[in-house]
Amino acid sequence: MSDRVHYTLYHPKWYRKPVSVWWWLERWPYTKFVLRELTCVPVGFFALVLLWQTWALLEGEVAYQRFLTRMESPAFIALNVFFLGGILFHALTWFHLAPKAMAVRIAGRRVPDGLIVFSNYVGWIAISAIVVWIWMSR
Amino acid sequence: MLKTLTPLLWFLFSAGGTVAALLFPVHLFVTGIAVPMGWLEAPSYTSLLDLVRHPLARLYLFVIISLPLFHAAHRFRYTLYDGLKVKHLTALIVTACYGTALVGTVAAAYLLLSLP
Repeated sequence: MSDRVHYTLYHPKWYRKPVSVWWWLERWPYTKFVLRELTCVPVGFFALVLLWQTWALLEGEVAYQRFLTRMESPAFIALNVFFLGGILFHALTWFHLAPKAMAVRIAGRRVPDGLIVFSNYVGWIAISAIVVWIWMSR
Repeated sequence: MLKTLTPLLWFLFSAGGTVAALLFPVHLFVTGIAVPMGWLEAPSYTSLLDLVRHPLARLYLFVIISLPLFHAAHRFRYTLYDGLKVKHLTALIVTACYGTALVGTVAAAYLLLSLP
């Protein structure tokens, strides 16, 4: 056996099966992962809408009215409904990931995952209610 | 330089993700759907301006614009890597993603500081 063994100077490259660009369509968990990551598109988009609204406020009443009118266009409403779905998906996955990303300990004992997820939901509902209340009181 | 920035970028990612998860659904629903559909009345220009003028409101707007932008930039960067297998384009992707977030942040800061 010994004299037929050859060593190369470099570490050999193992054969790896090439992965298709569509690898994430092969299994639902992969697809879910990519969809979750793609929620960054609606998040970034809406941050830019808020920036646009801020600009309109600074620009004056005419620009603010134009912003409101633009938001009323069917295309924008349809896009916003679609993107709200994406943002909700982000929110739900984020709340459920929180206990896995950070283990909270109180008095040396780990807070159960379910409790963290539950408090995320409670905080979310409370904060949303406060925002709507501030909006309505204007 | 990217290596030393990595912890900061992950911090901005998670802070922005939390802000977006807690606040974006309600804001998008109100601004993008309920008001345009006429379910809720839009506050008048002057009363909204009055509200936004408050220093806390300015800070709030800055936070909900800037942090989610960095969150989205960071996530989009890794989605491009994994989804399209384009790791060799790192420099271009990093510049485009974080560059957009940075420009948006500077614009938000400028606008919010120059509100009358």
